Amino acid sequence: MPSEAAQSAPLCFQDLILTLHQYWSGQGCLILQPYDVEVGAGTLHPATVLRALGPKPWRAAYVQPSRRPSDGRYGENPNRLQHYYQYQVILKPNPSNMQELYLGSLAAIGLDPTVHDIRFVEDDWENPTVGAWGLGWEVWCDGMEVSQYTYFQQVGGLEVDVVAGEITYGLERLAMYVQNVDRVYDLAFNRADSPAPKTYGDVFLESEKEFSAYNFEAADVETLQRQFADMEREVGRLLGLGASQSLVLPAYDHVLKASHLFNLMDARGAIAVAERQSYIARIRDLCRACANQWVLVEAGA
Amino acid sequence: MAEFLLELFSEEIPARMQHQAARDLERLSRAALAAADLEFTSVESFSGPRRLTLVVDGLPLKQADRIESRRGPKVGAPAQALDGFLRSTGVARTDLVERDGTFYADLPRPGRPTGELLAEITTSLVNSFPWPKSMRSGTSSFRWIRPLRRITCVFDGAVVPVEIGAVASSDLTEGHRFMTPGPPIRVCDFTQYKTALAVRSVILDAKDRKARIASGAEAVCATKGLELVPDQALLDELAGLAEWPTPMLGDMDPAFLDLPAEVIRTSMRTHQKYFAVRDPATQALAPHFVVVANIEPVDGGGALAAGNAKVLSARLNDARFFWREDQKVSLEARLAKLDGVVFHARLGTLRARAERIEGLASRLAARVGADPILAAAAGRLAKADLTTGMVGEFPELQGVMGGYYARLEGRREGDFPNGAWSAGLDAAAVDAVADAVRDHYRPVGPADAVPTAPTTVAVALADKLDTLTGFFAINERPTGSKDPYGLRRAALGVIRIVLHGRIALSLRAAIDEALEGLLANGLGSEERRKMSELAARAEVREGLTAFFADRLKAALKDEGRRHDLVDAVFALGDDDMLSISDRVEGLSSFLLGEDGASLLSGYRRAVNILKAEDKRAPAETQAAGLGHASRRPPEETALEEILRAVAMDVDAALGRNDYVGAMRQLAKLRPPVDAFFEKVLVNDPDPVVRSLRLKLLTQVRDTANRVADFSLISG
Repeated sequence: MPSEAAQSAPLCFQDLILTLHQYWSGQGCLILQPYDVEVGAGTLHPATVLRALGPKPWRAAYVQPSRRPSDGRYGENPNRLQHYYQYQVILKPNPSNMQELYLGSLAAIGLDPTVHDIRFVEDDWENPTVGAWGLGWEVWCDGMEVSQYTYFQQVGGLEVDVVAGEITYGLERLAMYVQNVDRVYDLAFNRADSPAPKTYGDVFLESEKEFSAYNFEAADVETLQRQFADMEREVGRLLGLGASQSLVLPAYDHVLKASHLFNLMDARGAIAVAERQSYIARIRDLCRACANQWVLVEAGA
Repeated sequence: MAEFLLELFSEEIPARMQHQAARDLERLSRAALAAADLEFTSVESFSGPRRLTLVVDGLPLKQADRIESRRGPKVGAPAQALDGFLRSTGVARTDLVERDGTFYADLPRPGRPTGELLAEITTSLVNSFPWPKSMRSGTSSFRWIRPLRRITCVFDGAVVPVEIGAVASSDLTEGHRFMTPGPPIRVCDFTQYKTALAVRSVILDAKDRKARIASGAEAVCATKGLELVPDQALLDELAGLAEWPTPMLGDMDPAFLDLPAEVIRTSMRTHQKYFAVRDPATQALAPHFVVVANIEPVDGGGALAAGNAKVLSARLNDARFFWREDQKVSLEARLAKLDGVVFHARLGTLRARAERIEGLASRLAARVGADPILAAAAGRLAKADLTTGMVGEFPELQGVMGGYYARLEGRREGDFPNGAWSAGLDAAAVDAVADAVRDHYRPVGPADAVPTAPTTVAVALADKLDTLTGFFAINERPTGSKDPYGLRRAALGVIRIVLHGRIALSLRAAIDEALEGLLANGLGSEERRKMSELAARAEVREGLTAFFADRLKAALKDEGRRHDLVDAVFALGDDDMLSISDRVEGLSSFLLGEDGASLLSGYRRAVNILKAEDKRAPAETQAAGLGHASRRPPEETALEEILRAVAMDVDAALGRNDYVGAMRQLAKLRPPVDAFFEKVLVNDPDPVVRSLRLKLLTQVRDTANRVADFSLISG
């Protein structure tokens, strides 16, 4: 399926997103917006992690800004960012031609599999903090990982009823490949013929510098610790109201916030090696508690 | 005779599982066919990225007819029971057979069509296939390694209908995903199947894919006068990652060649699955790599090679970043960082461990001919590279990077801040330290070389003894197949180093020293309290010594030493593994000779007499007079004299650890022992004479037993 894009100039960053939106919308996906709480990965959006549970069909695609405080490099590293974008697709149940659908999306953004070497390389995915795992691959294009592809088997510590297929594209990396750019900040964000053409750096470089400094140097550890404890308590309180009250979604928001606070403390160097596992276990337990209640709510709804 | 062809076509199977899956498919099929009484002439299986294939040839069209003899009621049983049996078997009363007072119905069982049986066999085999990991897909509860897409199941040219998961069998399969997509291929037999796949860019047999990779890689290298750095494990993996493997040469920016070769090779192999390429004359890495693609690109491969080169550049840029950043902090300064890394909750931090290795290496130095100062420096720095960025990225480069960094630091090259450790050391001493840091993990496996440089030997031994003693002290010992801390491997490493380097080392003393180090530094408070008791320390010492003894036995048996000889030497309780090994060696060659064999029979005779004597009342053996000397036969006095000399010489030889010499001395006992048994009656009526003779035999036994416990030798 030679797309228009494949024949014209490489896609700018936002056209890449729009092309994927168009493509997955055509496959019957809801095109959702990013979740408005800081998360480390698109999987944590309730549209994936919670909707993967329960028996109901679900198809969604969305962009999710992902925050990884420790990955900040003050804007100096050509590939590493503490804030970047993932494009997330979830198809539940996974259709039998999901791999073909995925390959179709690569063709749509201009990657021709008869010229480029597309490979599915074993990479089983696991996220202990949300008690989730699945089998799948990292997808390589000419030796570069362009996506993570997973069939969820367990989420929130629970065996899934129906298997969901998840595809995560690293948007910046994919765009760098499509545009043949070596430095993420040089990516064309919009089209060159725009009256106000901008690069990725124009939009985000200052933010990377400031947030790197905040994450590594300026964040106040005591505040973070206090907030973490608050979030943890709040999750317990909200879930303690019971499934009948159904405040599981607000509880889950607080889990996400706790998780981000932990990542900030980690970047700040405030987590001793010995404490690490215990923090992760605490977040995992909160997440599992949410998942357990969500299944009740979801099944009843 | 007909052929059965089964192909299980799925989404991409992990490369590392394909080979075993094909073997399992073959093994389980053989068993199932045998269980169904189906004869066949051959079974073969194949595996690849998207398919498992089985072909069975020489099958009959139907199972052989059989007679099933079904057991019924006893003769004379109530009529109801007999009627029930007749009803259930459908056999007439007159057709029943009577054997041993019981009725039997001989029921003809006509053989079932093979196709039917194959459908059952396939269904059960696929449903219970032993994948190491498996998954569900969609709404089905069926598990496979990845979603199963097609089942091609053909017997004698016709589809065998099965339905597994949501997949119904057919006679269709697919070719290469990208190169020849097209409509499905219809399959009638194996030969046509294999050819049809090849036409559609799929090489069925992993062996053929490997051959294509090897020859293709060689050819692309030859275009530039280069050669491949061979890597069998990588070749095996790559054969599982492509249905149509196509090696292509890519360019690497030559500027990266200033990085250590190990770094470049590791980055290529682990991150990118590329082969490194070298100059055949100098063996130096060349600024190229071989990527094995899954397609023959329609544009000739320019974009593919360039894309891969770019990814490699990004990887090597990361590596260079680590290489430079790592050199901004001296290894000494990294010791402080090791403070933040827990080695094991009850064994302290990595820093404590480094300090223990430092102490132990310096104390072991004298015994292995090393300079204690160098051994201490190397031991102290041995673990420092675990905090470097490079080892964080490539854990398999632990040691290697420490070696590079220590050498740069010691020679005051590069950007390194100078570590105090190298002050006053000449180049050779710096190299000895750097080599020891690099190689102290060795031997890492049974095939790995054993370190021989004295400084390295001291640190390698200290590293392993600290690990072993530590985990024994906190009672984390290997059980059964569980050995999470690699203690068996560590012990075998010590054994190989000691035997190869001919190092005399008392294990008990070494363990005590390691234990001292642990008590002073790192051991958890509870364990420390426990270890303050002598009995607890003795338990660790003896437990670990026994563990070493087992490993040494296993190692000596692996070398073909007779296990009874090993046992005979072990019975003496020696804790110097070199001397044990030498004794076993000496004993083996001694017993192969005539003197040895004959002395062994003399020894046994003596021991048997002594055993019989033990059963008698001991009282009469006590009174020993001297007045009988005149009556003693010359064979007795000769044995006594020679024994006295031999005992002294055996002691002297053992004192020199000269076991072959000790055996040679023992051999001198053979003629007098033989003569003694021939001419002298031990069981003399005079209790005093008898007692003296028994004493003489006791001395013969004890002298021999100083070399080995001869009573444990069999054959």
